[in-house]
Amino acid sequence: MKSRIFWGIVAPVAAIVTSLLLISGILLLKHTSPVDILKAMIDYGFSPRNIVAELNIASGYYIAGVAAAIGFKMMLFNIGIDGQYRLAVFFAAVVGGLFTLPPVLHVTLIILVGAIVGGLWGSIAGYLKVKRGISEVISNIMLNAIAAGLVAYLLQPTRLGEQAEGSNNLNTPIIAPSGQLPTIPFLGGQIHGFIIFTVFIGLAYWVLLNKSTFGFNLRATGLSFKAARAGGVNAPKMIFVTMALSGAIAGLTGMGTLLSETHSYSISFPSGYALTGLALALLGRNHPVGIAFAAYFWAFLDRSAGVLDLNGVPKEIITIMQGTIVLSIVVAYEIVKRINKQQEQKLVGSASATLKVSATTEGEASA
Amino acid sequence: MSAIVEIQGIEKKYPGVVANHNVNLAIKKGEIHAIIGENGAGKSTLMKILYGMVMPDSGTILVDGKKVIFKSPQDSIALGIGMVHQHFMLADNASVLENVILGSEPTSFGGVIQVDAARAKLIEITKNYGLDINPDQLVAELGVGERQRVEIAKVLYRGAQILILDEPTAVLVPQEVDELFRNLKDLTSHGLTIIFISHKLDEVLSIADDISVMRAGTTVASVIPSKTNKKELAELMVGRELPKRREVSTKPGLEKILEIKDATYVTPDHREILHGVSLEVHSGEILGVAGVEGNGQSELIEMIMGLVKASSGNVSIMGHDISDSSSREIRDSGVGYIPQDRQRDGLLMSAPLWENRILGHQATAPMANGFWLNKAAAKKDSERIVVDLDVRTPSINVMAAALSGGNQQKFIVGREMADKPSLLIAAQPTRGVDVGAQALIWNQLIEARLAGMAILLISADLDELFNLSDRLAVISGGKIVAVLDPDKTTPEQLGLAMTGEKIA
Repeated sequence: MKSRIFWGIVAPVAAIVTSLLLISGILLLKHTSPVDILKAMIDYGFSPRNIVAELNIASGYYIAGVAAAIGFKMMLFNIGIDGQYRLAVFFAAVVGGLFTLPPVLHVTLIILVGAIVGGLWGSIAGYLKVKRGISEVISNIMLNAIAAGLVAYLLQPTRLGEQAEGSNNLNTPIIAPSGQLPTIPFLGGQIHGFIIFTVFIGLAYWVLLNKSTFGFNLRATGLSFKAARAGGVNAPKMIFVTMALSGAIAGLTGMGTLLSETHSYSISFPSGYALTGLALALLGRNHPVGIAFAAYFWAFLDRSAGVLDLNGVPKEIITIMQGTIVLSIVVAYEIVKRINKQQEQKLVGSASATLKVSATTEGEASA
Repeated sequence: MSAIVEIQGIEKKYPGVVANHNVNLAIKKGEIHAIIGENGAGKSTLMKILYGMVMPDSGTILVDGKKVIFKSPQDSIALGIGMVHQHFMLADNASVLENVILGSEPTSFGGVIQVDAARAKLIEITKNYGLDINPDQLVAELGVGERQRVEIAKVLYRGAQILILDEPTAVLVPQEVDELFRNLKDLTSHGLTIIFISHKLDEVLSIADDISVMRAGTTVASVIPSKTNKKELAELMVGRELPKRREVSTKPGLEKILEIKDATYVTPDHREILHGVSLEVHSGEILGVAGVEGNGQSELIEMIMGLVKASSGNVSIMGHDISDSSSREIRDSGVGYIPQDRQRDGLLMSAPLWENRILGHQATAPMANGFWLNKAAAKKDSERIVVDLDVRTPSINVMAAALSGGNQQKFIVGREMADKPSLLIAAQPTRGVDVGAQALIWNQLIEARLAGMAILLISADLDELFNLSDRLAVISGGKIVAVLDPDKTTPEQLGLAMTGEKIA
């Protein structure tokens, strides 16, 4: 049996190749050379300026990916990452902008507010699922809409927001320098200091899930609610806690931008983190390293799409590519799963056949 | 009389398992043909093949002398074969008539359902075959026996001439069984053929015209009820002499390990499942709980394990009232639990074996070290279980799902006994496992009992109960109706007690 790592890498590579082939087909139909376009994307995407931008984008994507992954481990489809993130970063910005504190304390407070608000918002869906049997998909989609409306309402200048003179942009008050996180100079650009926390989040996710009893309870409940319950796990509570935890992580998605770049929440903060996060968790197979590669790859595609228009190719082709990757990855993982299962059953079959000869003769002679 | 269905040399392999091998069967028109065998003997696979749900690897099926190939149930329905599943497939909030016509509604031009025509046809069927059901009643209002009649009507409505009934009596109380048997006789008197799958020998002897015995995936014998008896059938099924009741020299200890006092359980929808149940299990004692399935056994187990709360009364383990304890606390206080449905409740099927070793023990040493899991200990003890209990697996890293049922069960038994619990709840510990695994598990239970473990054994297998139990408690209708001494009780007396009748 080939190692799991081998098959774990084959599947995403196969998915990416499939989607590249599809995109090439489309480009050829338009009489454009796929090789030239690919080369242009790589040249542009890997320019120092863009690498820095991609790292900053990927950092946010990564956190959304981990938030989705921890949900997937529980068989929860946390499509509420968008709402959790938006509400969290908004309140973190509001609280951060209220006062000046000693530097470390101020930043810590802002991060904590983000995690707590995201966690609370996520736990609503968790509560509804456990106590009322409502699918987290439905409630999260509604909670996304509520969060967006709530933030828009609170961001009005008469409430918690501000409007700069002569600008249409609405934002929260600027956070004092004590609540700002320094950037790291890299390739002539500035990387968000929060990227260090991002690495830490990935590490903590892995350790918690694989090394702790809490993580075991979580995975056991995700694998089989009934077996976990019979094994003494408070399975409903685990579902609730996981949904809250996923929300808390989602609440940190916008922190890099807030702490190191904009220092206030504004209506120009990006949306769509939920779908991206879910796609990345799928592509990275819920593994912290896999999600990291997926997040950077996604950010690379986003950035390098910018060069396509210059080459007369609509940049929406990248959206098609991302979509095809997600579709093919699901298929590829299913195929790999079946191959693994077959190999395993063969092994088990031969193991029992050889052993059984000496033990019993129960109709196994033909096996 | 020639055979209406003939099965010749059927073979079906699943990866690593031979489910059916050289199966031969001849079923005559108008008879009730019983197919008996232990759990896992291949009866269900054979019926799935005959009903078109599974395609055989090789072999022939003849219906009315013509060779047929069933690719799906539609093919077999078209030839008049219908299946009444063990688990009913009915929509609760629809009427009997709606359930019966669901999927084959007679429609007029434009897709309008011809309700009146359907009702007329259903009423004719119920009259002809003496099926006592009301077409307009809501299925939710029906009892188990009536639901089964709806299932039968459903099959007849589709024009079935050959009915396959998969363990139809498993869910019925005795009076309902009698009623079902009357219905079946009625059906055969109208020329229909019945294939009756069961592992209950008494029933088979009383109703069947012909009996085929399956063992280890193959048909081993075909007998007529008048020329055989229960003992012979059982030996054909098991393939050897029945195990003798063991001699146990030691007396059970006196220490009360499990004590249930006057426990009642009422479901959230107000059905009273357990009424005033009182039980005691002592150290070094196996208390067998006998009963027809569905008489409160599952709820009794779940109550002891803290998965449901007793509505009144209490449960104590070693003198501590655990009525309000969580399942976690109960396990950690020294209770092992072999669940009756191992794949649903006992294993994480898509997790490796060594992770399954942790399940149920994730909160205490040696599997856990405070907040952290002890992976090394889990792997080490999994290796021990594989050796000690002869679990056939290439390694402890394969998924639990890859193992056969018997090996899965051996692993669970090893896991639940690993911490030498004071009390072991063993629910159907050898259901569906092969004879070798059964002997091994029985030995484990007996040894543990000799070492002083208190064991509550819930089983539907009378052999198992007689073989292992020091005392036999009989549960019926959610009540403990008798506590018997297995040495002074015959299987017939136990059977009577299980149906709720008083023993003179």
